[in-house]
Amino acid sequence: MTMKDKVETAQDNLPFAIRHFSPDALRAALKKMYLIRLFEEGAEDSYTRGLIHGTMHLSIGQEASAVATCMELTDADKITSTHRGHGHCIAKGAEVGRMFAEFFGKETGYCHGRGGSMHIADVKTGNLGANGIVGGGLPIAVGAALTAKRLGRDDVTICFFGDGANNEGAFHEALNMASVWKLPVIFVCENNKYGMSTSIERSTAVRYIADRAVAYSMPGETVDGNDFSAVAEAMHRAIARARAGEGPSLVENLTYRWRGHSKSDRNRYRTKDEIESWMARDPIARFRADLITHGILNDESATALQQAAEADVAQGIEFAKASPAPQITEVTKFVHAEVSA
Amino acid sequence: MNAQTAIPEVKTREMSYAEAIRDAMAIALERDPTVILMGEDIGVYGGAFQVTGDLVERFGTDRVMDTPISELGGAGVAVGAALTGLKPIFEFQFSDFAALAMEQIVNQAAKMRYMLGGEAAVPLVFRMPAGSGTGAAAQHSQSFEAWFGHVPGLKVVQPSTPADAKGLLLAALEDPDPVIIFEHKLLYKMKAQVPEGYYTTPIGKAQIMRPGRDVTIVASAIMVHRALEAAEKLAKDGIDAEVIDLRSVRPIDRDTIIASVRKTGRLLCVYEGVRTLGVGAEISAMIAESEAFDYLDAPILRLGGAEAPIPYNPDLERAAVPQAPAIEAAARQLVRREV
Repeated sequence: MTMKDKVETAQDNLPFAIRHFSPDALRAALKKMYLIRLFEEGAEDSYTRGLIHGTMHLSIGQEASAVATCMELTDADKITSTHRGHGHCIAKGAEVGRMFAEFFGKETGYCHGRGGSMHIADVKTGNLGANGIVGGGLPIAVGAALTAKRLGRDDVTICFFGDGANNEGAFHEALNMASVWKLPVIFVCENNKYGMSTSIERSTAVRYIADRAVAYSMPGETVDGNDFSAVAEAMHRAIARARAGEGPSLVENLTYRWRGHSKSDRNRYRTKDEIESWMARDPIARFRADLITHGILNDESATALQQAAEADVAQGIEFAKASPAPQITEVTKFVHAEVSA
Repeated sequence: MNAQTAIPEVKTREMSYAEAIRDAMAIALERDPTVILMGEDIGVYGGAFQVTGDLVERFGTDRVMDTPISELGGAGVAVGAALTGLKPIFEFQFSDFAALAMEQIVNQAAKMRYMLGGEAAVPLVFRMPAGSGTGAAAQHSQSFEAWFGHVPGLKVVQPSTPADAKGLLLAALEDPDPVIIFEHKLLYKMKAQVPEGYYTTPIGKAQIMRPGRDVTIVASAIMVHRALEAAEKLAKDGIDAEVIDLRSVRPIDRDTIIASVRKTGRLLCVYEGVRTLGVGAEISAMIAESEAFDYLDAPILRLGGAEAPIPYNPDLERAAVPQAPAIEAAARQLVRREV
């Protein structure tokens, strides 16, 4: 073995994320993960205080999946998101202030108070929107990828969906068309084990959702969705394939939601032991420890990032509180494009 | 005032309704590189009703895309493409098959602009061959205009002539929001003069096809022609019927209909969709709530589809939807105040 080989081997032993991303990008990623966690906690708290109505689906525990998936994306790249979509929105670059404003039903929100949690979107950063319909975003993502291909652009579309969506017809139709037309779309399944209360074992005929990829002649990969680097590495391959015009991929991030499905969940379908075992695999704590191990930051600077995220969330909530509500005379505004007289 | 199609002084050419739609699509494909056609068997097959015809040879498979038999997914791809910069014209092989895609049409396309607070647009056109009379029975013969007309965010039109089929399709493409066009299958072979070149027919405007004093007949799609046939018979007995082609179910042209009923004092609504909770119910309610109510000399009548699926037997099939003799009889009843 030559000296040169040794050096390369040592480098290869580093986690993908440490090798591939700059220290600044890695620190920004950790901050975004904190921002998601704290945003979700802030939203939950605001809901409890009666500042947010309706319902919401929290993604606490799934932060690595959202942030690592979006690491290599630019604003020109698109995502379609799900009912559990707050993390995706932040990962793609949205401001938490305008997100809180949306949840508070305010005119300054991303959807001017018309969409709320389940339709949160930020078209300017490429987020085409969360979706209240399970599987609703899958064919839409394929359409976005079709646009890129037809217009000769090299942007890609990331289609987030949950394990529950893999049994919708839309999933199968979307994957088939994406493959037939070799479109630049990556289907990212956040498999958190339960579609509402029904476990993947009780609902799905395959062990892993990535196994479905074989049926649509595309690569399928199952990764530890709570391991930032593993997700980023799988996405790196899939995005490179898409940008090269080689077609779609399916990436399955195994993860877990710490909270219930929505605010009505009484948690009767899973055990305390199971929840605790997944909380012990906290994606944020793991990523933070990895970054400290590899000298990207120290405990103090990590805490500073967390505090910065706390400040952003606190400021965001204040912005939302102070923002004006929509005019009640404008119920039908935005149904159609406003036509100038 | 006659709300005629805005046709400039241009040359016309005789075309069938199907050819007029194809002409509109060819013009759109030439004018705008972001326009694409999608649908099942619209390429080399030319479409189930030969509407796309030879367009694939002229514009290629990238712009005239055959989709798999995946109505839900295909409609969703069209929504996503429209959201991000293309203008798809999506053909359902039969309007009945749109039932498979209700999710994408009703929950996604129609609501996207609103849900996102005006920050997104879905400029796309769904073409839907509709109606009975072809012997294709219950799952290939329906009239869903009231279904889609019930959804804010959609626009729904039903051209009854080749010129309107072309003008409304080009108007739909210019519209920044999703538009559904119901093309009546029995009209595809109907020929008439059609203006050449680019023009649009405004969405939301009805058209007075035959002015009259005694009774207003508001009809849509193939029923316009049956109403005109009935009006000719009525004229022989001195009954002067005004026939209005509704053209647009959503938005609906209140002004034209209300003005006509104020003039005639009698209203007959004729439509192919199931009579109960159909387009005629909306028009009737609109008149009952308007200033035209005080001018009514008789109750309002509706003729619509039977409370049954469309049957296969040809006599049953004809009986299931309004025909010209029934329209004539209903108009006579109204004029004679026998209702």
